[in-house]
This record gives sequence, structure tokens and C-alpha cells, in this order.
Amino acid sequence: MNGRKVRRPDLTVATEDHNVPTENIDQPIEDEVSFKQIQTLRNNADEFGITNYPMGDPNQGIVHVIGPELGLTQPGMTVVCGDSHTSTHGAFGALAFGIGTSEVEHVLATQTLPQPEQETMSITINGQLPFGSSAKDVVLAVLAEVGTGGGIGAIAEFRGSVVESLSMEGRMTLCNMAIEFGAKAGLIAPDQITYDYLKGRKHSPKGDQWEEAIRFWDELKTDVDAVFDREITLNGDMITPQVTWGTNPGQVIPVSGRVPKPDDFEDPAEQEAAQRALDYMGLTAGTKMSDVAVDTVFIGSCTNSRIEDLRSAAEVIKGKKVAEGVRTLVVPGSRKVKEIAEQEGLHEIFLESGFDWREPGCSMCLAMNPDKLTVGERSASTSNRNFEGRQGRGGRTHLVSPRVAAASAIAGYFATPEEL
Amino acid sequence: MKPVKIIEGTAVPLDRSDVDTDQIIPSDWLKRVERTGFEKGLFSEWRDDKNFILNDEAYAGARILIAGPNFGTGSSREHAVWAIQQAGFDAVISPRFGPIFKNNATKNGLVPIEIDSQLGKQLISEVGENPDLHFVIDIAQRSVEIPQLGLSIEFELEDSVQERFLKGLDDIGITLNNAEAITNFETNRGQWLPSQNLI
Repeated sequence: MNGRKVRRPDLTVATEDHNVPTENIDQPIEDEVSFKQIQTLRNNADEFGITNYPMGDPNQGIVHVIGPELGLTQPGMTVVCGDSHTSTHGAFGALAFGIGTSEVEHVLATQTLPQPEQETMSITINGQLPFGSSAKDVVLAVLAEVGTGGGIGAIAEFRGSVVESLSMEGRMTLCNMAIEFGAKAGLIAPDQITYDYLKGRKHSPKGDQWEEAIRFWDELKTDVDAVFDREITLNGDMITPQVTWGTNPGQVIPVSGRVPKPDDFEDPAEQEAAQRALDYMGLTAGTKMSDVAVDTVFIGSCTNSRIEDLRSAAEVIKGKKVAEGVRTLVVPGSRKVKEIAEQEGLHEIFLESGFDWREPGCSMCLAMNPDKLTVGERSASTSNRNFEGRQGRGGRTHLVSPRVAAASAIAGYFATPEEL
Repeated sequence: MKPVKIIEGTAVPLDRSDVDTDQIIPSDWLKRVERTGFEKGLFSEWRDDKNFILNDEAYAGARILIAGPNFGTGSSREHAVWAIQQAGFDAVISPRFGPIFKNNATKNGLVPIEIDSQLGKQLISEVGENPDLHFVIDIAQRSVEIPQLGLSIEFELEDSVQERFLKGLDDIGITLNNAEAITNFETNRGQWLPSQNLI
């Protein structure tokens, strides 16, 4: 900080999520490098008067889960964090985006961030999702449509009947992955569903201030006749459960589909990328996804670790056993999510099926803690990135919804619950 | 940040699209609290392959990295920029950058140069054939010159970013010149908005 102070420690929050272990958290962190990083965070939070939620704290969890959970994320706010999935908070009609170390320093020192104007993009999902499809399938379908670069230079607003009918958890999943198509941020206009979620949370407005806030929030809607720089529309009726087959989140097919051939793509660069992805993923073009065996199932991450995600996975596996040899982890997004899940008895459903029930953190989403894939190990994962090595060196990641992850754990192959 | 005016040297062609920041620097490196030593982590998974272009002696000492579209997508890790710089690069050329990477680059004096995708392919192929092609990047002119090819390419760079590059300005210092405006804004903050002081 070059001798500067944190300008607004009262508007700043820290949590321990990326590299914390999800087992034995009452013990010191074994990884010395991670131990030192967590110590440094704690020391800095102390020195600069910043609230930090350490491992084991009742409010600890993944930053994009606890912010909304504590009512810290509200419509109309500007929210930044040194993490690209900060776009998640846009689900509340906040302008929220990820920043790097230099910009974090800038915000801590000045509580501001100079930004160039962005283009606008609308992503309209009309119709109604078929039974069994979720917000994760919607955002994967968007990625299949626009690719990893389709949102670069823009802020994307999700709209349409499908988006309006999603819960806040679903909306967060949608905005979470806006960065995967390169959008600076994802946004959804706040409505009664937003207000119902926020009401009564720790940092939500109380009493008269609640009414005042609602009056302000009600204004945060895009005009019906607004024109966007880019507009795409998808028919929600047609969105079936989706899965990634390659090494970027734009390489998506329906779970019922077959692995594509490089020739299926027109652009030579995409053909080459497809071939490299097939090689890395150890897949043969034309293979049905339902014939691809999974080694590991990970249910967690800032994309899909909220209570609704755990409920939908538990519903699929209830009374069923995990296929032999499949490693399974459920990592709740926060201690609160874990607590609610345990009150509802979800942990018993997971444990009886053969799932591991872990402590909150980012875990296997990004291989910064001991939860990693090994070389060649194939996962069905509810996280957000299927990049080479993302979940561990040589690991092969397929992104799916919690329902598909749960069904795949039972089947031992990629599957939807309806196929079990 | 040190001023950046002219970058002169050779380039290395990384003929891949969608090079995400996990590839540039794997997450294991993010646990470190230091700011140096990241060059060893640069593309570390790919460098195990002896045929990987950055292992090719012919490109040793290159100062410019030319990559396919969607370079630096994914994670916000600024370590990706540090790793590229610490490995000796001063500029990256690509048809399209991940937005956070691009921002991070400009904060550290690594010049992100966006060019037309056809031209990008041409440069990758030309440098692939001739590792000794000499590039001159001029920040004041917003241009890339490759005299051996008779090419002069203009690129876009926001005025404010250009000024920071040329003068090596400290972003925070610039913003704090407007301290009064920030304070005024803060006094109008909605009473209902969250604060750690209210709990």
C-alpha cells in the first residue's frame, strides 16, 4: 500500500476461501505456502481494520456466496473483488466485476476505480425451461451460442421470462459465468424475488430504510424500448441439460449429445482448438456423452454450492448409491449453507449415498487446496472452468449442473436424473 | 510503473486461441505472497513439452508475445501479467484479450495490442518462419512497425492508458488528486447501504 491507509475499512470485507482445506480445519494448514498466505491475510486485516471471516467462523465461505447471504450485496451497488467471478453479485442488479491486484490496491486506497465506458449486451431467454434444466444449463447454452469471446467489451443484462422466474440462487449461477463469455459484468434487474431474498438478512436495510431502499431499487430497471449494442435471444423451451466436452467453457453440448468432430467447426482456429481439446480430454469424436465414464464428481464452487444446488443434488441421489470407484465431494459454499443443509438432513442423504461431506471453500474448482484431480482423472463438476489443469495437473473437467453431477455419480457415466 | 515508450525486439508466435490465465500461470503459484519469481511458472504445464514454442532457442530473448484470439481469458490473477513480464516480454499481440487480463496488463506496463484477426494469423505465420523479424512498437504513435515485412500497423490505446504508459504514472496518485470529489460522493451515500460500522 506504499504507506497509504485503507480508505473505507467499513465498506471492505475479507474471507478465506480459495486455498483453505475442506477437511481437518481445526488443524494448522499443512501446505506451508498456503499457511503463510492465510497468515498474511489475517495480519493485514488486523493491521488495516478489515473484517475477515477465518476458517471455521460462522460467516466464512466463498466470497460470492457470503456477500449475498449476509445482505452485503444489494441492488444499485458497485461491488469489486480480486476474483473474476465477482460478476455473480450482478444477480442483485449491482454492478459487480472482478479486478486484479493493482486495482484492488487502488480501491483500498481510494474507494474508487476509474473505468472506461463499456458496450451493452442483452441476453434474453424466452419461454420456459423444460423440467430438469437449471440456470447452469442456461448459461452453458449461452456459452455454446456466443463462445468465450462473445461478451468481451460489454456488460451483459440477462432478461426474459426464464430469467424472471429463476430464484436468486439460479440468477447468481447465471451472472457468475458471465465472465466465461468475456463480459465485464452480468446483470439482472431486481424484482420481488430479489427483495424477498434480501429481507431480514444481517446487512439488509431495516424499518423505514427498507421502504426507502425499495423505492430506489424499483427504479433499477432497463427501459422496455432500450437498445443494446449486442442482442442475443435464446428459446428456453429448447434448453436441455448441458455438459462441456472440451477445454474452454464455450465447448458445450447437450448431455444427450455426442462429442463433436473438429470438422464440425468452420473456423480453422476452432478446428485446431477442438482437436487439441479432444487430445487433452482423452475423448474420441462421435462418442455419446452417456458412454463417457466419470472418476470424480465435485458439487461446489461459487457457481453451484448454495442451498438450492445442494437440495437439487440431494433429491436426485436420495436412496441411491454412488457407482463403485467414483470419488465424490460435496463442498457447501459457506458455513451457513452447510448449517442449513444439515438442519434439513441433506448431509445424511449425501453421506448415505457415499458422498464426502466437506467444509466450505473453493476446493476442487481451482486446485489451490488439497482437493485436486490427478493426471487423466475425469470429473463431472458443478464449477465454472474446464481449462486444462484447472482442477489439478492433467485433470479432465466437464462442467455440469448439480442435478447432472449427482446423476452422473450414481450412474458412473454422464447422465441426467431422468435416465437413472 | 516505469514509463514505456518504445519496445523494440523480436517476437514469439503462440499459435493458440483461448489461452486462459490458468495456462499462463497455474493456480498453485497463486498461493505465494511474493511479487517476483513467476517466470518459472509461465505456461509451466506446456513447457514440459520440449517442442513447445517457448522452449525453442530460436525465439530466446523475444520481447513480444503474439497469440491467437481470446488471450488471457478466465481468472483475474494479475500473476499472469507478472509471469509474462518477468519472463522478459513487454508486449502481447492478440486479436482479442480477456478483459481483466487487459486491464491488469496496463497497470503494470505490459502493452496489450489488439489487432485484426487475419493480420494476427499472418504475423504468427511470418514469425513462425522467421524468428529474427524485428518489431518496433511505438506507444506515442500507437503503431507496430515490422520493417522487414514493410508493415506498419496501427492499434488502439485509450488516451488515459497511453498517457500512463508514456509518463509511467501512478494510478492511485492521479485518483487522489480528486480526493474532494470522492469525499462529496461519500456524503451522499444511501443511509440503508451496508457498513461494518453499523453492526
